[in-house]
Amino acid sequence: MNTKNLLYILKRLGLALLTVWVVITVTFFVMHAVPGGPFLSEKAISESAMRALEAKYGMDKPLFVQYLTYLKDIVTKFDFGPSLKQRGRMVIDIIGDGMRTSAKLGVISAVLALIVGVVLGAVAALRRNRIVDKIIMVITTAFVSMPSFIMGALLLILFVIKLRLLPGNGAAAGGLVLPIITLSLYPMAYITRLTRSSMLDVLGQDYIRTARAKGVAKGKIIFGHAMKNSLIPVITYFGPMLAYIVTGSIVVEQIFAVPGIGRAFVSSIINRDYPMIMGTTIVLAALIVVMNLVSDVLYKVVDPRIKLD
Amino acid sequence: MKKKLFSMHVDMDDFLPASAEDKAYMVQMRPSTTFFRDGVRRLVKNKIALISFIVIVAITLAAIIIPIAWPYSYDQMLGVTAGRPVDASYNNLKPMTYGRTEQAKIDAGETVFPHLFGTDQHGRDYFIRVVYGTRISLAVGFFASIIVLIIGITVGAIAGYVGGKVDLVIMRIVDIIYSLPDMLMVILLASVLGVSRLGTLIEGTSLERIGGNIISLFIVFAILYWVSMARLIRGQILSLREQEYVLASQATGAKSGWIIRKHLIPNCISVVIISTALQIPNAIFTESYLSFLGLGVNAPMSSLGSLASDALNGISSYAYRLVIPAIVISLIVLSLNLFGDGLRDAFDPKLNA
Repeated sequence: MNTKNLLYILKRLGLALLTVWVVITVTFFVMHAVPGGPFLSEKAISESAMRALEAKYGMDKPLFVQYLTYLKDIVTKFDFGPSLKQRGRMVIDIIGDGMRTSAKLGVISAVLALIVGVVLGAVAALRRNRIVDKIIMVITTAFVSMPSFIMGALLLILFVIKLRLLPGNGAAAGGLVLPIITLSLYPMAYITRLTRSSMLDVLGQDYIRTARAKGVAKGKIIFGHAMKNSLIPVITYFGPMLAYIVTGSIVVEQIFAVPGIGRAFVSSIINRDYPMIMGTTIVLAALIVVMNLVSDVLYKVVDPRIKLD
Repeated sequence: MKKKLFSMHVDMDDFLPASAEDKAYMVQMRPSTTFFRDGVRRLVKNKIALISFIVIVAITLAAIIIPIAWPYSYDQMLGVTAGRPVDASYNNLKPMTYGRTEQAKIDAGETVFPHLFGTDQHGRDYFIRVVYGTRISLAVGFFASIIVLIIGITVGAIAGYVGGKVDLVIMRIVDIIYSLPDMLMVILLASVLGVSRLGTLIEGTSLERIGGNIISLFIVFAILYWVSMARLIRGQILSLREQEYVLASQATGAKSGWIIRKHLIPNCISVVIISTALQIPNAIFTESYLSFLGLGVNAPMSSLGSLASDALNGISSYAYRLVIPAIVISLIVLSLNLFGDGLRDAFDPKLNA
């Protein structure tokens, strides 16, 4: 690793930290710009009770002081404050609970999408313009045009209501199968197309011809030369894929009743549980920013030909 | 003029002015094609893009025209008549069936306009709700893209032209907004803007019917999605300015107005059109996603996302109510994507090289 790479990584790290800070700041001030405050939706409460509540949650202080406290708590203690609707629970605990299920869902979906996508993409590229390639391209084109909630609902109709093969409840045994399929289809289709086009690009390169002319075995050309190089662009998709899975899981967990962070997020929006909305947004945003950082840095490190800016 | 045999005299006929016929013969056979016509020719040749375009036009026209002629409206509960108890036989009608009073009319020999897709749980004609949903989705996609286009071009052009410190500051802001997770920010802003003062601000105007949530969606788009357009325009302008033909033009004494009109704009415009076309399905996606989460249009107005979301409640008995908006939304997004791809193939000069 030379200094140029290091400098690039430092620059990206700085940008990532700045982004997370912007997210925290925007989230905080946007949430506090809501007229009426978080307690207004409750039944009419007396003036003194309101004062007491505000004092308890530190809302009697000036906004900027509240902001600094909020920021300090996040940075030093990873503390997003207490939830307003689930009394006695801290936001970070609720997020942690949901995260356990959601992480399982997300990681399995991502791995599935990656494996199947790369294989299908390579097959399509090697069988270019044949019937297999055409079928794969038509199906993937259809999949990238379908919003995740539509996909989820259609799978729900087919497998749960019509065929009665799988449970529609995410908490039941095998209940994660459909959410995983739903979440992985879009990234899978995207990776397939990405792999196909980059594989075609690589297969047209001179070194492939050289290898073939030297008499290298076909399998070795495909796996040793072509596959390895065509996977580099796929790395850049890691970040967007995670962002897709995070936002997708918000609705997919809703459809299949998966007790994950997405469902907690939606119910906090409906209940107007402000600390919970803020906490979830910040944690998920930080996750996506970090993943984008990792995939960008990895991309530049893996392929030394790529110029650093 | 008579010519003597074997004379070395020049044939004076050769020096007569050309007749109209001769002139016509010399004229270039094919009219020179412009960049735009050339692109359109390529686009029309692309069957998939052409079919997608026809599908988009058909859906758009249907969404505009059908509500004018349709006898039912999107918020009319058919079972509800003033001064009478609610007629529940109108709720949850299957496609092509009729409510009790309508059935009586048919038995009496009258004709009743059919409910193509049946009715929903409140007895509203489902077909017209799907049409209105399509209308909203298309409108959101279109206007959101226009907003993105205007802001993106302005900021990108300023950054590209002015350069220097202005460019640096703008691009740092763009970098940060670009790395924000857009969907989370959209959800956050939509959930807050929806309950904020916006609702009272638009009260009484025609905007009220579609609701503060959609307006907030436009605001969100205006804040977040212009960055990629701005980046694109800036990059284009920076690279175009350095092109040899611009230098050649300058060397032959062209003024900057001429260069902008003849070189920069025509070369930018294709990229702009393409990315705007691809922005529309993106916006439709976002709108339906938010509507599905309950952050989209206000009831009783429908959007394709909110129809799908409502249909989830009765999914085991009325699955078609989810399938219909699902098909419509997928069809719209698919044909817009394919058409956008076709546009890119036809109009991106760099791909033709």
